[in-house]
Amino acid sequence: MNKKFLIHRAPEVARLERRLFLKRGLSLGALAMLSGCNLTDQESVQRVLWAMSRWNDRAQDWLFDPKRLAQEFPESAITQPFPFNAFYAEDEVVEVDGGRFKLEVGGLVQNKKSWTLPQLYALPQVSQVTRHICVEGWSAIGKWSGVRFSEFLQRIGADLTAKYVGFKCADKYYTSIDMPTALHPQTQLSFRYADELLPAKYGFPMKLRIPTKLGFKNPKHIAAIFVTNQNPGGYWEDQGYNWFSGS
Amino acid sequence: MERTDWIKVHPLVVRITHWINVVAVLIMVTSGWQIYNASPLFNFAFPFALGGWLAGALQWHFAAMWLLAGNGIVYVGYGVASGHFRRKLLPIAPLAVLRDVREAFRGRLAHDDLSKYNAAQRAAYLALIVALAVLVASGLVLWKPVQFHWLGSLLGDYEGARYVHFFAMAAVVFIVLVHVAMVILVPRTFPSMFSGRARRAS
Repeated sequence: MNKKFLIHRAPEVARLERRLFLKRGLSLGALAMLSGCNLTDQESVQRVLWAMSRWNDRAQDWLFDPKRLAQEFPESAITQPFPFNAFYAEDEVVEVDGGRFKLEVGGLVQNKKSWTLPQLYALPQVSQVTRHICVEGWSAIGKWSGVRFSEFLQRIGADLTAKYVGFKCADKYYTSIDMPTALHPQTQLSFRYADELLPAKYGFPMKLRIPTKLGFKNPKHIAAIFVTNQNPGGYWEDQGYNWFSGS
Repeated sequence: MERTDWIKVHPLVVRITHWINVVAVLIMVTSGWQIYNASPLFNFAFPFALGGWLAGALQWHFAAMWLLAGNGIVYVGYGVASGHFRRKLLPIAPLAVLRDVREAFRGRLAHDDLSKYNAAQRAAYLALIVALAVLVASGLVLWKPVQFHWLGSLLGDYEGARYVHFFAMAAVVFIVLVHVAMVILVPRTFPSMFSGRARRAS
């Protein structure tokens, strides 16, 4: 039965095979063109690319001028509406209970007491209208208000000679930054967006606003801050985005 | 025995930097397409690209940029210091360029002496150097918009630099495609880019 079928259908089978062969040839060509995908997955290539990314961290650390300010804009330049962006959809945004919230502080700091929101709101507040640049390429201008992060680090008695500041967030996000950027005058622990209490989608109860770094280095829903000499990595950084990602 | 006359057409530095540049530009352009796809400027995406996803493409882009820039500095440094640019690329007369481009489309472009570039070639090679320089400059603005703000103010700041970067890439791709097509039409130019020499036209 099978044999008969095959004989009967021989021309079609041959055609099919020809077509398959052609298709395979085409995919071979496509593979050659797309070999980047395969090439990228190869372990030796991966090692070189990651080593280059660490080299780029050092190059950017060297290029970073701790006194150079990111451009500030008039409020008329603010992007409306300011885009939402996270590693999840907007309807999955975490809701933090502000009344019971306490910001944890740890690592190389003298004063490890937690902070309530009213205590944080009582710190000297500053505002900035700056450009947020996403690693994807788009950018948007927004207004954030909060306390200078350097001021906060001094208040908690952070070891300012330590290398890194790490962040753990209520949405399971995590990231870390270099100390020179943490102490940059425009790096801000932000509680407000566009003069309103930070809405959930923009990171309630607080985000770290860093106009000298790409957007994903600006953690939202921060729940814990710690100072350390071991690089804590980050959610995207551990998957391949460059760690320093400075502007 | 017949003697073959060989003439030197490409100095060693030019040949080495040419082939390194081929690798660097190929990586930069294809990984750049993947980066473009993450947030397209226009109503299309590139069907194939290098890196698999944005982070992979950025790793390729930020690794190969050192190759492109380092190699470019050696090439331009050599070209200026040795007089190579002056000898081979200058002078460029706009009318001669137009004439040679027209001739090229008619398939009658003279390129018998491989050691001399015709006006269309001079214009194309110089344009490629300029386009790559614009790519590097606008790339610096995109990579470090705060640290290179002074450069950004010349290129339309961050958002302007994205367009400059895109169109400079398009110019490079166009020039490279024409270049490769011309090499296919005049195949004896190809081995000379390795050996540096060519048979004297008789």
